[in-house]
Amino acid sequence: MARHWRAGAAGLTVLGLALTGCVGAKVGDTAAGAKNADGSCGTFNLAVNPWVGYQADAAVVAYVAQHDLGCKVTKKNLKEEIAWQGFGTGEVDAVLENWGHDDLKKKYITDQKTAVSAGQTGNKGVIGWWVPPWLAKAHPDITDWRNLNKYAANFRTSESGGKGQLLDGDPSYVTNDAALVTNLKLNYKVVYAGSETALIQAYRNAEKNKQWLIGYFYEPQWFMTEVPLVKVDLPAYTPGCDADAAKIACDYPVYGLDKIVSARFARSGSPAYQLVKNFHWTNEDQNLVAKYIAVNKMSDEAAAKKWVDANRDKVEAWLK
Amino acid sequence: MTTAQTEVPHWRRTSQNPEDRTPVISVRRLWKVFGPKAEQVPQSEELCGLSRRELMDRTGCTAAVRDVDFEVSPGEVFVVMGLSGSGKSTLVRCLTRLIEPTSGEVVFEGEDIRGADARRLRELRRRKFSMVFQHFGLLPHRKVVENVAFGLEIRGMGRGERMRRAREVVELVGLAGYENSYPDQLSGGMQQRVGLARALAGDPEVLFFDEPFSALDPLIRRDMQNEVIRLHHEVGKTMVFITHDLSEALKLGDRILIMRDGKMVQCGTGDELVGAPADDYVRDFVQDVPRGDVLTLRWIMRPAQDDDALDGPELGPDVVVREATRAVLAAEKPAKVVENGKLLGIVGDEEILAVVAGQQGGA
Amino acid sequence: MAAVADTSGPVATWRQKVTRPMAVGAILVAWLVLFAVLRGRQTLTLAAADLTSLHRWLNDVNDTVGAGRDSNPLFLYFFNEIRLAIDHLVTFVQSLISQPTAGRPVPQIGWLGVVGIAGYLSWAVGNWRVALLAVAGFTFFGLQGLWQESMDTLALTLSAVLVALLIGIPLGVWAGLSDRCNKIMTPFLDFMQTMPTFVYLAPLTLVFLIGGASAVITTVIYAAPPAIRITAHAIRSVPATTVEAADSLGTTRRQQLLKVLLPLSQRTVVMGVNQTIMAALAMVTIAALIDAPGLGKTVVQALQSLDVGTAFNAGLAIVVMAIVLDRVTTAAAGRADTARRTGGALVRWRRPLLAAGGIGTAFLVYVSHTYVYAAEFPGDGTAGTHIASWADTATTWLQDHLSGLTNAARDVITYGLLNPFQTLLTDSPWWLVGLTLVALGAVLGGRRAAVTAAVCVGLLVGTGLWSDGMTTLASTAVATVLVMLLGAVFGVWMGRSALVDRLVRPTLDAAQVMPPFVYLVPFLALFGATRFTAIVAAVVYAAPVAIKIIADGVRNVPESTVEATTSVGCTTWQIITKVQLPVARGALTLATNQGLIYVLSMVVVGGLVGAGALGYDVVAGFSQGQLYGKGLAAGLAIVLLGVMFDRITQAAARRTRA
Repeated sequence: MARHWRAGAAGLTVLGLALTGCVGAKVGDTAAGAKNADGSCGTFNLAVNPWVGYQADAAVVAYVAQHDLGCKVTKKNLKEEIAWQGFGTGEVDAVLENWGHDDLKKKYITDQKTAVSAGQTGNKGVIGWWVPPWLAKAHPDITDWRNLNKYAANFRTSESGGKGQLLDGDPSYVTNDAALVTNLKLNYKVVYAGSETALIQAYRNAEKNKQWLIGYFYEPQWFMTEVPLVKVDLPAYTPGCDADAAKIACDYPVYGLDKIVSARFARSGSPAYQLVKNFHWTNEDQNLVAKYIAVNKMSDEAAAKKWVDANRDKVEAWLK
Repeated sequence: MTTAQTEVPHWRRTSQNPEDRTPVISVRRLWKVFGPKAEQVPQSEELCGLSRRELMDRTGCTAAVRDVDFEVSPGEVFVVMGLSGSGKSTLVRCLTRLIEPTSGEVVFEGEDIRGADARRLRELRRRKFSMVFQHFGLLPHRKVVENVAFGLEIRGMGRGERMRRAREVVELVGLAGYENSYPDQLSGGMQQRVGLARALAGDPEVLFFDEPFSALDPLIRRDMQNEVIRLHHEVGKTMVFITHDLSEALKLGDRILIMRDGKMVQCGTGDELVGAPADDYVRDFVQDVPRGDVLTLRWIMRPAQDDDALDGPELGPDVVVREATRAVLAAEKPAKVVENGKLLGIVGDEEILAVVAGQQGGA
Repeated sequence: MAAVADTSGPVATWRQKVTRPMAVGAILVAWLVLFAVLRGRQTLTLAAADLTSLHRWLNDVNDTVGAGRDSNPLFLYFFNEIRLAIDHLVTFVQSLISQPTAGRPVPQIGWLGVVGIAGYLSWAVGNWRVALLAVAGFTFFGLQGLWQESMDTLALTLSAVLVALLIGIPLGVWAGLSDRCNKIMTPFLDFMQTMPTFVYLAPLTLVFLIGGASAVITTVIYAAPPAIRITAHAIRSVPATTVEAADSLGTTRRQQLLKVLLPLSQRTVVMGVNQTIMAALAMVTIAALIDAPGLGKTVVQALQSLDVGTAFNAGLAIVVMAIVLDRVTTAAAGRADTARRTGGALVRWRRPLLAAGGIGTAFLVYVSHTYVYAAEFPGDGTAGTHIASWADTATTWLQDHLSGLTNAARDVITYGLLNPFQTLLTDSPWWLVGLTLVALGAVLGGRRAAVTAAVCVGLLVGTGLWSDGMTTLASTAVATVLVMLLGAVFGVWMGRSALVDRLVRPTLDAAQVMPPFVYLVPFLALFGATRFTAIVAAVVYAAPVAIKIIADGVRNVPESTVEATTSVGCTTWQIITKVQLPVARGALTLATNQGLIYVLSMVVVGGLVGAGALGYDVVAGFSQGQLYGKGLAAGLAIVLLGVMFDRITQAAARRTRA
């Protein structure tokens, strides 16, 4: 028995030596990631709302903040409501792409005064009704709302109860679609897909299988680079035509997407605040980065690096 | 032939005369009523008179124990016997207040334990009483010896001491060699030995047995009964034994209390029950008992008459008939029943045969 | 009207003359007749954007609570302290295994150390087989390229389970000892388990802030009830004789608890720990919505770009983690019994082996703390990439080749079953449906079930979401029917054949713990954004439970009964339909009950893929401030539906058994 013990002990020692001595570097030897800790910027809490366009904004801003300003960036994946809530609790410094949300603006900017606006991102948010490209090609007149009733029967589904189906998606955004359908006297029923994922998958299928589909969508959106949806023209938007929610009979306004920061962050004098304030780019820029992330499956960091390296001039303008 | 007298088990005789000692337990007017407003039942003359069924209909209460009185003497084996539902298990639990009695007194060594507070009651249970249960109630996660030591452990005895004591008791109940087994590795009979050892370990004054052997096979049951007899002989504890089995009651009990529907029907020695049943219920009960095994000569002797030859063998009045049979039949003259030199009566072939034949007819 | 009075009224006198199925049939016929007459009246519909005064009031309450968070002493001295304590716990565990700390670019213990600890602990509490499984499973996370994400998930899960048990076991013991406590606690536990998480996610982050604490508390709310219930059950199941025997020896209450009740319920309590872990893992993706780090985040993010492969890879890691933890805790529960019996050499060697293993593990921990190769998992997770691309290929193939079939299935069920039933429910006057439910409750479950149904119907009307509730009810009922069909077919098959059982069971386990988000995208591709997609998702989640329960029920039919019928000359079909299923009817009722509850717990997920109604209301309430109150009301409506069906089926089960 003793001999077994000795053999075992010897084996263990050899294994131990192999695990410790012979192989490689010790933790801390290379000290990676220490280069940007100069401390002038501090921690930058960036909310990331759950859509890829926003993810693109956040990827680029975080990349610049980290590499050019030496900030420690903490990204927080949150829905809009909770992100805004975070302004008050001090856990969120900035929201980079805000779509309207007048209710939240009233609550947090006007009433609680915990948040302030930090200007436009340069992106234009277009909301409306869209059809897959094959449909617009096959029936060009479908892009005029007046012809929608003609095609209503083609849009029937198991969910729409005999009428045409108008597919609404992400519940994060207020839609006027139910009122629009009533007020424009369309023979359609609004069906709630319930999530952006469901909506995109529906359009993807519709284009691929040449199915009839009309629904609520928006751009900038990475999916537009995969399937360029075609917008249906509703009666033109005029200021004030959407004042009474129940009587709306006009298109959605074009939103200038804006940035919101916490009041505390705005006062802090952090260079990251200046970056957020100056951040400005086009729908094409965002779609490109979003495409890197969603279609080419690049990491946020890699996608941002690729764009920043190619657009150094734009970045320099933000850093002034 | 006087040797016949010594064949009566010795242990039985230690408690032959209970009257001359103060009782260990006296139970007086004990009631246990289950149901709403149970405490009103024993107080009401009217309700007390009702049958169990009527009481249920009138008040929704069940009287499990009704107005029971008895005394248990030191060293005695006192058996409570009845069919299921007769209240015997409730009665024994009332004695240690595992079930709280509704009214009456339970006096133990001069103290009414119904007045004991929780601490005193615990103390009594730890030092004075212990109980053996029908379904053993062993702790499956502990070894035999740890089960036996459990009672000592909870009174705070040190580990070494309680283990030593537990081993002694394990040996006493014949489980030596099984100390480190777990209960579910043992047969039912052996598990009950563990239960017995656990009860004995604390060296209590009184042992309560609640139908301890009803769950066992007949052969094992007989072994265990003999084991109890042996232990009683060795340790001489007072025992209160609950059973539904008349032959077990007769075999073990110095005195037997028969219960029916919560009430006492008769209390007496085995031969009293067989020889002078109090009512038809008891008579039915004891009908199939082999009378020769129970009755003593006292019950069958007849007064000596002038023409009786008085030179036959001499026997004591407490000799069991079965044991006297051969001596009487072998003798040519009838046997004399003599106590303390005084002639009480005589027993001839006729008397003996009447019992033995009746026994065969009944079987 | 007369017909309704007949069915709901003197049920007691009815029962003697009419069998229960006949009574149910009569109620349904009466409903249909009245529906034809009264269709479309008093349906209590409410448009998607409309609110009732209750919803607005709930909004105000929410705002008031939020506004008071800096001044309210409850926040300052109570919630904040809890948050801090839990935050410390989570940060500590994370610093050990998942997050870089204290100037180190890596956590304190690297992958080699964690794998070592996992293997060692699994062996110590279980056996060498589960230890091997644990080592393989944990190494697999690294190969998938998800080491850090897995460790974050593990850290959060362990913290949540720890907190859940710290709260759950004492409460469970209390509920086990006191009937009154048990009675009071049960409705709260029901509430915690059926209230959709989405409803309290936003308020929780307001109270406990964004971060580990909120994620842990969310998880604890969902995962503590099984620990409480099972502990209480365990305490109650300790044999009365044993308790009495201990009593007769003069134990104090404390000795009773520590030396008798707890040791005897240990095995069952470990099963409670198992259930708590499974429930905690079910919350991984939900917690990701409030920035909880880990695998859930990978799943949620991948879905933004419909990246099924990546989501599947992360989902697979969750499944593997669930299976490892499940098997280890199950082995631990069995160990207490088996270990002491084996006896002999193994036991003698166990202590030295444990010590040696401990030293070896400590050594691995040291190595993984010190050297890079043992700290960071080597390689770049190519296995994960392969899994992802394989999953992508598989889903694409399925979408391309099955969509004709799936569309047909969808249309048959939707037009043939769902639409008529939904119309019946939503277009009947509310009181007619309410009366029918109460009458069914009375016939199936007796008076108490009828009263519960009446109260639930009343409250459901009160939420202002009656019509949405009925739409959800229709989908739920159809899903439950499908669940029971699957349950009966597979349950009987598994119950009759041990081989089939062994083959199918792992799939069922996987279906139960795979986050629904992962399979929503392929389902959307196959069935479109429809109520049917939601139904299929619910069936995938709920069927395994029903199947397992029925399989166990069929297996527990006494061998002698089956033997007796075989000897009479029954065919297999006769044995199944005339013996095994009827004898296992207790299991069938339980399976219906559990199936329904599980289907209801998927209502919110259904709302994400086109189910609309209550599920959509909850999701919208989570996403939009103005709809918060409505979402909360919808959550309450789901709880009410759950409670109503639970009580009716349980009462019905008691009556069939009686």
